[in-house]
Amino acid sequence: MSSQSLASAAGVTRRRGFVTRTDLIGWLFISPWLIGFLVFTAGPFLAALFLSTTTWDVAGAWEEIGLRNYQRMFNGEDEQFAVAVRNTLYFVAFNVPGVQIIALALAALLNQKLHGISIYRTIFYLPAVTSGIATAYLWATILAKFGLLNGMLALIGIEGPTWLYSVEWGMPAIIMYSLWNVGTPMLVYLAALQGVPVHLHEAAMIDGAGIWGRFRHVTVPMITPAIFFNSVLGVIGSFQVFTAAFILTQGGPADATLVYILHLYRSAFLNGKMGYASALAWVLFLAILAVTLVQLAVARLWVYYEAEQPTARGVG
Amino acid sequence: MAATTPTTSFFARQSTQARVARVGAYAAVTLLAMLYAAPFLWMVATSLKDPSELDAVPPIWIPKVLQWQNYPNALLRPTRYFPLFFENTAIYVGLSVLGQLISCSLVAYGFARIPFKGSKFLFTLVLSTMMLPPQVLLIPQYLLFKQLGWLDSLLPLVVPQWFGSAFYIFLLRQFFMTIPRELDEAALVDGAHRLDIFWRILLPLCRPILITVFALSFVTHWNDFFGPLIYLNSQKNMVVATALRLFAMSQQALPIHELMAASVTSVIPVIVVFLFCQRAFVRGITMTGMKEG
Repeated sequence: MSSQSLASAAGVTRRRGFVTRTDLIGWLFISPWLIGFLVFTAGPFLAALFLSTTTWDVAGAWEEIGLRNYQRMFNGEDEQFAVAVRNTLYFVAFNVPGVQIIALALAALLNQKLHGISIYRTIFYLPAVTSGIATAYLWATILAKFGLLNGMLALIGIEGPTWLYSVEWGMPAIIMYSLWNVGTPMLVYLAALQGVPVHLHEAAMIDGAGIWGRFRHVTVPMITPAIFFNSVLGVIGSFQVFTAAFILTQGGPADATLVYILHLYRSAFLNGKMGYASALAWVLFLAILAVTLVQLAVARLWVYYEAEQPTARGVG
Repeated sequence: MAATTPTTSFFARQSTQARVARVGAYAAVTLLAMLYAAPFLWMVATSLKDPSELDAVPPIWIPKVLQWQNYPNALLRPTRYFPLFFENTAIYVGLSVLGQLISCSLVAYGFARIPFKGSKFLFTLVLSTMMLPPQVLLIPQYLLFKQLGWLDSLLPLVVPQWFGSAFYIFLLRQFFMTIPRELDEAALVDGAHRLDIFWRILLPLCRPILITVFALSFVTHWNDFFGPLIYLNSQKNMVVATALRLFAMSQQALPIHELMAASVTSVIPVIVVFLFCQRAFVRGITMTGMKEG
């Protein structure tokens, strides 16, 4: 084998049709991904499209029905679809900007040369690593009628709502829980802030710019790529919100927190409508794709890339 | 902001402004840190409370007597099976992390070092799969695993992890690219086998990024709830995440202080991994391997 590798390294590859030994070795190395891609990604991706045109149920019985599943969503036959879409958009509309503002504010504070900054960073990032079921139940106790939040509100004379059992306050409660978890975008912003050249700030200072003026006119334009990156990932992630609603409110009360994936999960695994759930999944996929493409198109208008951006080396 | 440029603050006005900004920054960051740490402190406090202290107004942050027995009561009663759930979780996480480390580093090596036909196109394909919402694949995958008779076992959760994962392949490949090619090309000319080079020369140099992949993968799988919710049905096969739901919802529901004791125990492993691999997390997220401030 070693002589064969030597040959390929030296570029003296024996031809076997159009496939060289180097090609074979390369494909061998990436074969785990290639096989996984075909079996667990490409196959299921297309299968979902097919399933979405059928009545496939848990038992595996099915009938081809064309676009009937898609019609059900948009002609109001599935009333919960519209509710789930509305609730998900509500969540996205507040969660995405909220996360960006908080994450950027925290990163700006961490970017000051303060003592003990690594302790603060650890505290702000910790919710991101413990983002499992345990902290969801923790928040369920905090948001309970006699929980921590209402206990603290009572201290300042406010009688808090029954958060998770309230039609108006259920979704804000879920958003609040979500805004606790900003560690990942915060670190992205922190890295971006550290890349803003000091000389730009100095120049602005000499021109008499104050702290806010420098932040608004020097820092923000320089970190637009990070804002863009976080917003795109934030939108994609927020469309897929599930665990918070599933654990904290089970979609209630009165479907006030029924989010899209929860509707999909119930359609598939409680009601056994695998075909219909596949259609729901494809609509979600197309929606996310469309929103991402719009973001990419609009990015040219506001995202500023430095000319000397280092480019990644191409393959081979 | 002013604090970041001490050299220019020789104007008296600015240095006062800088000092005010500094004090303000300390005040703000401390307040926010208290706000963000409060839920964790509440979780620990609640886990050590006597039931009579649970709903007290004003809220009790430090229990009169720390009720340490809440922990064994929550976890070790014979009907609770928590040692079994932790064992299941450890197996799930261990096999998944191992699978991702091995498969992703092999694939990343292929993309970074071997100029094979189609590598550019296939790497673009790897990256584009990152954009795919996993729910689109969920139902066909479920039906596939059902067909294979894998439901209610760890197989549907673990096996796919042995076939690479786009984000980690990307991270590893970027790291491989920063290692001078001369190192392994010299070994190739000396007649070393590619797997040898990968294993003996490149992997040891990749320690930092391997730790990153380990840490991110560990935390992701330990926290995973959706997968186990879909695939593990019988109680004896559950992981900690789905078991917590069982003990929060069902007729066997735990009282709040015991539920919090179980919750605290369940987040300890991820917190330990995080504290030991903090730099690795930052590296993975900023994707640059830059130094931390």
